[in-house]
Amino acid sequence: MTRASVKNKLKGGTHVPSYRINFIYLILLLAVCLLVWRVLQLQFDNEFLQGQGNARVLRQVEVTAHRGMITDRNGYPLAISTPVSSIWVNPHEFDLGDKKIYQLAKLLKLNSQYLKNKIKKRADKEFVYIRRRINPAQAQQIMNLDIKGVHVQREYRRYYPDGEIFGHVLGFTDVDDNGQEGMELAYNDWLAGESGKKRVVKDRLGRIIAIEEQVKAPRPGKNLKLSLDRRIQYLAYKTLKKTVQQHKAKSGSIVVLDIETGEVIAMANQPSFNPNRLQDRKSSRYRNRAITDLFEPGSTMKPISIATALNSGYYSPGTQIDTGDGWFMIDGKTIKDTHAYGVIDVATVLKKSSNVGTSKIALSLPKPLLWDIYYSFGFGSDTGSGFPGESSGRLVRPRRVSKIEQATLSFGYGMSVTTLQLANAYSTIARQGKKQPVTFLYQQADNSDSGNTGAELALNQRVRLSERSLKQISKMMQTVVSDGGTAPKAAVRGYKVAGKTGTVKKASKHGGYTKKKYAAVFAGFAPVSDPKLAIVVMIDEPSNGVYYGGLVAAPAFSEVMSGALRLLNIDPDDISRPDVASQIEQSFGRQI
Amino acid sequence: MASRSSQQGLFFRMHIDLTLLLALLALIAAGQVILYSAGGENIALMQRQWIRLGVAFAVMLAIAQISPDTMRRWSPVLFIFGTIMLIAVLLVGTKALGARRWLDLGLFRFQPSEMMKLAVPMMIAWFLSAGNIPPSNRRIFAALAILIVPVLLIAKQPDLGTSLLVSSAGLFVIFMSGVSWRLILGFVIAVISFTMPMWLFLMRDYQRQRVLTMLNPESDPLDSGYHIIQSKIAIGSGGSFGKGWLNGTQSHLEFLPEHHTDFIFSVFAEEFGFSGVLILLALYMFIIFRGIYITTQAHGTYARLLGASVVLTFLIYIFVNIGMVSGILPVVGVPLPLVSYGGTSIVTLMAGFGILMAIHTHRKLLAH
Repeated sequence: MTRASVKNKLKGGTHVPSYRINFIYLILLLAVCLLVWRVLQLQFDNEFLQGQGNARVLRQVEVTAHRGMITDRNGYPLAISTPVSSIWVNPHEFDLGDKKIYQLAKLLKLNSQYLKNKIKKRADKEFVYIRRRINPAQAQQIMNLDIKGVHVQREYRRYYPDGEIFGHVLGFTDVDDNGQEGMELAYNDWLAGESGKKRVVKDRLGRIIAIEEQVKAPRPGKNLKLSLDRRIQYLAYKTLKKTVQQHKAKSGSIVVLDIETGEVIAMANQPSFNPNRLQDRKSSRYRNRAITDLFEPGSTMKPISIATALNSGYYSPGTQIDTGDGWFMIDGKTIKDTHAYGVIDVATVLKKSSNVGTSKIALSLPKPLLWDIYYSFGFGSDTGSGFPGESSGRLVRPRRVSKIEQATLSFGYGMSVTTLQLANAYSTIARQGKKQPVTFLYQQADNSDSGNTGAELALNQRVRLSERSLKQISKMMQTVVSDGGTAPKAAVRGYKVAGKTGTVKKASKHGGYTKKKYAAVFAGFAPVSDPKLAIVVMIDEPSNGVYYGGLVAAPAFSEVMSGALRLLNIDPDDISRPDVASQIEQSFGRQI
Repeated sequence: MASRSSQQGLFFRMHIDLTLLLALLALIAAGQVILYSAGGENIALMQRQWIRLGVAFAVMLAIAQISPDTMRRWSPVLFIFGTIMLIAVLLVGTKALGARRWLDLGLFRFQPSEMMKLAVPMMIAWFLSAGNIPPSNRRIFAALAILIVPVLLIAKQPDLGTSLLVSSAGLFVIFMSGVSWRLILGFVIAVISFTMPMWLFLMRDYQRQRVLTMLNPESDPLDSGYHIIQSKIAIGSGGSFGKGWLNGTQSHLEFLPEHHTDFIFSVFAEEFGFSGVLILLALYMFIIFRGIYITTQAHGTYARLLGASVVLTFLIYIFVNIGMVSGILPVVGVPLPLVSYGGTSIVTLMAGFGILMAIHTHRKLLAH
């Protein structure tokens, strides 16, 4: 091919056929139409794809609501939810050669080699906690280091600042912040609030990129004000613990009730339980024994049985009873006293806690009467406190009442009660028969719709004993704590105390009663002239030599009662003795 | 009128086709907008792309100065040089991602297969324009033989996308030279009669499965189908007007892979919707129409064949890229021309437009 011929052709000798150009137009048209059709099909005919686009990134996540705080009657926090931070690492992003790992280890108070190994071991994972639940300020310090692959996660943790002092009453929550025991369970709905929902945009790795909108705002839980008084609770706890240790007892309970309102002012048990410690969470420890565990009340029932006798009109405090040599037989069974008291009046029967005397009185009364009176005091049914797992006790009237049953019931055998029930009954005596439900909630607080406040008991309901007989029995119960009574150690200087001891032989598993196992009980209230507090102390199986209620439980009663009355600023009503008057003058700093 | 013609005259003397230039600038501007979003609002990445665009524009303007006649004469030299480089790549090329495509020349890296996208149609146009039009069957087979050498060398790298583009660029030249329809039909029948028995008798089950998966990636949603499913979701969730610039969740949240390179169209469709896609396609079509116009006005067989090939290759780029991201074609690595992030293809494409400008602006000088 010569140069000239090429030139000739360039000048237009040969031409690309024009239909081929048209063909290009056709291809172009077809191609563009195909693409437009395809995009149209994807974008408009395909709700599935549009849904998928959102489904990949939009997620609804729950926003946990802040759980309400539990406070004591003075507003002191007893259970609080605090934000905490957990530090986690994505080993994929984390550079083990990073020098900052030493700073990180230092801030976390971890060995840096340990930390490295921990991350290295999980190198194929994308998530590993390195420290859970640290305080947010510390977490911020760590995040300020700006280490790649180190992340923080926000959580809530329930704290119980007073630990085991309130453990049994408060209970605890599980890892999802649901109440599991105690007040946390009883008022869970009130405390928990409602978790909200928010729609968030997440990326391929599931990280939240943006908050699209809040679908539902979380409703934070409400605070709950308990009727307990932290100062008195502390005193009760401390005293009970000391007493249980001193007498090497198996367990123990103490309940302090406000007589006027039925509020629980303090309630503690041994062995104790710290709700902050996970390893404490076994039923033998977290059980609120004062409410769940039953015991035979023994002599602490005598005030009620003797008051029943007084109420019948056949007896007065001065009526003479022949207790003989300290024992007598009914239905082939012996009833015994610790000493032989001979002929004594009804008041002395109570003061000396004579089983023989009480039995003889009881046997003279109509057979089912004691049961009915006991029922009216609330034995055999729960106190209406609403505490989860509350026991009703056991009080069952036999179809045919035998004499021995009638006699033993008068001194508190053949029935069983909880510490709280007994305290409630003593409050009722102190109120001269007016009944009042027991509550754990502060009665002036705005806890209105928080649930069961025990309001099912109608107002002005009374036990079936007259005010007069209960006044008489209160007076007689004061002699118990006097010199010559069974519990002079229960006395509180400056106040008139009414009470009764109980030294209860424990029922044996094999039927009958054990020889050496006792429950030492003291129940009482003060000041008698205007009763404020009722306290019951129950010490189970004291085993350090002494076991009498008057020696084991009475001192604890006295200690808690005197401290509580002082803390509540209650006027003394027993200033007859000059030394007491001057002492009171000193301690209160004012003239009386 | 006078001022306009003098203006055109100025650009003409600089061998620049103003219409094509403005259309390209508009397309590139649109490309920069979407690249900013698809690249994760990364300024450093944008700057690297601007440098490439600068180089590409310089190359286009430089090539526009060369007369088609000069190009024609240098075509065989360029082709032979390119073929040698392709062989060199296979022997001493830099390996990246399991393929040998690059020659490391110390200062910069060079991808000979990109050069062949222009060198092959130039060579075949040179060869066919030297003889009668339409060419004889013998010359057509000779042209096919010229074509098959670089295509096989590129396919061996392996680089399926580029070998597809190179072979289509060559085939377009042959087609435009006036191959008879009977021959084309015969060729198609030959291909079918060769592949059918191979499919039915020679290939094993797992090989067939691989081919089927390539043709229908959605049957394998976790592996090869992952790209295309995410891409279809991106396009599909765009709707009429899209989710708005920078608001595409598929790319910004890393669901869509390769979102600033091969799959950038999906990001565009997600953020600007169908209306945006229509505008983008209109821009592309305008450039293609201008290219066809230039080709029809071209003087000489070589210029016409080469011009048509450049325009059609550009169309193939668009069609294959959008076709693959929207799931009607198997995924081969073809970028969206002038929009996708990446160097060499932009330089090659702009060089192609430089050829078109040269064909157009040297025509008048030649004619007078």
